[in-house]
Amino acid sequence: MFSFKIATRFLRFSLGQTILIVAGIAIGVSVQVFIGLLIQGLQKDLVDTTIGNSSQITVRPARGENNIEDWEMIFNEIEQNQEGIRALSPSADGPAFVLGEDRGDSVLVRGFQFDDAEGIYSFNEKIMEGFMPDPGEVMVGETLKDELDLALGEEIELATAEGKTEKYRISGFFDFKVANINATWILTTLDTAQELFGLDKSVTAIEMQVEDVFLADTIGGQIEELIDNEKIVVENWKDQNQELLSGLNGQSISSIMIQVFVMVSVILGISSVLAITVMQKSKEIGILKAMGIKDGTASRIFLVQGLLLGVFGAALGVALGLGLSVAFTKFAVNPDGSPIIALYINYGFIALSGGIAVLACLLASLIPARKSLKLNPIEVIRNG
Amino acid sequence: MADMIRLEKINKVYGEKIKTQVLFDIDLSFEKGSFNSIIGASGSGKSTLLNIIGTLDQPTSGKVFIGGNETSALGKKDLAVLRNKTLGFIFQFHYLLPEFTSFENVLMPHRIKGGPITKEIEDRANEIMDMVGLSAVKTNMANNMSGGQQQRTAIARALMNKPDIILADEPTGNLDSESTETVYKILRDINEKLETTFVIITHDRRIAEKADRIVEVKDGRIEMDIKR
Repeated sequence: MFSFKIATRFLRFSLGQTILIVAGIAIGVSVQVFIGLLIQGLQKDLVDTTIGNSSQITVRPARGENNIEDWEMIFNEIEQNQEGIRALSPSADGPAFVLGEDRGDSVLVRGFQFDDAEGIYSFNEKIMEGFMPDPGEVMVGETLKDELDLALGEEIELATAEGKTEKYRISGFFDFKVANINATWILTTLDTAQELFGLDKSVTAIEMQVEDVFLADTIGGQIEELIDNEKIVVENWKDQNQELLSGLNGQSISSIMIQVFVMVSVILGISSVLAITVMQKSKEIGILKAMGIKDGTASRIFLVQGLLLGVFGAALGVALGLGLSVAFTKFAVNPDGSPIIALYINYGFIALSGGIAVLACLLASLIPARKSLKLNPIEVIRNG
Repeated sequence: MADMIRLEKINKVYGEKIKTQVLFDIDLSFEKGSFNSIIGASGSGKSTLLNIIGTLDQPTSGKVFIGGNETSALGKKDLAVLRNKTLGFIFQFHYLLPEFTSFENVLMPHRIKGGPITKEIEDRANEIMDMVGLSAVKTNMANNMSGGQQQRTAIARALMNKPDIILADEPTGNLDSESTETVYKILRDINEKLETTFVIITHDRRIAEKADRIVEVKDGRIEMDIKR
């Protein structure tokens, strides 16, 4: 293509200037990518720490019901027919007291099928000492351990509200990094908890994590329809964390604002620089017109220039932005060496940032392209 | 012989508020294959006249016929095609594209025409460049040549599409007398070999006198018209 050839020659001829323009675009794109990834990483981190290790959708007994009797049917129904579920786990929970001399601590006994529950709570990462409990055993949080001065292998006596008491061997200690959980949760197997609370074979909740946490309300609604049972209710984290949600929303909006302004400044920069290049090349364009180049071909030269600058600038900018992000996770670290904000690479977002930059360059090059349409060779020739 | 170029009642007025008329009712025609020179003081309107012939400028009133076609009837695209195929321009300043080599500059009108660069085309470009004595500098970038070489490149470029007409505005204005002599010899050769019609503006009377016809423009009117 003739205009392509001329455009590349123009760009290569003033290589220094071309590099400067590409660098300018690249810096804009890299800031865009970096800030975008940072804020998305931050949000993901926040969501992870807040709801990453908890149930995002929970099926509970409806008001007036104490437990879910036919839970296995519901469990299977969700497992087989509902899309977007990452983990699914039944639990039998109930309040209890720890008995002993001045041991009146109220605790929450949670019975799990640990294979299922691992997908939600990642217990394996949280064991500090000992092992996961077998039937008749319990695992206790670090805080409760310190408060009651407990040790592995010791027995702990629990009393339920119904007055039933039972002794359990301590198989291990866990640390959830949340003081409240560490002080009040006592973990055991589903069977053990069912027996303690006299639940027979029923459970008190079916917990779930979803692939896209922000779809939790939608999926929750679908599950409600799927099961269609008046004895249960389906809760989701979004309904229960309005404040977190509005915080995340605010962050998203401010991030979009920043990105829009970065983009606007990039576009202004590119269009002014491209406008200057058409002035610089007006003599060449004028002479090409005198030789009979068609207006369309002449203005296409600038569109091609804009496109090329955009593509190279965007590619370099994406590389730079990713590099910045990686460097940030390497240098901005917690005392234990883990990054303050984990890198979250969203390819869609990166492609979008690059694409917008290319499009912006094309749009910006419309200005010189239009100018070149109006350029009359006689002006160039008359003014030398 | 048939007229290659014919001007009828050409007037040219510059300016909107303060009007300056530079050409007054010019009637002029040039025969096919003739070698013509236009002389005149600076500001006489001779360059404007040449630019109007070359369709780079439009007359305020009057008609321009190139090869029998009236140019004001043509649209922008057709004018571009006319300039590309029928007209060749040589200016006082060479206006080569500095981003390209001398050879590529010569090929430029062909590329603009949209034709593929075939062996035949390259041979033709080479032949023209040899003819104007540029064999040694074909691969030089346009800026990396002497003034005479640049001007000869511009001439070779004007010849590339075998135009019927070559319009030259002080083509040797920036050259020393030796190069000037060479350039005129080349132009004259081309005129004889290819029967190309030449209209050349010059202020050099010695050069003008070698033309078949001398037209003198003074204050926007034709003062003198001598055929030999």
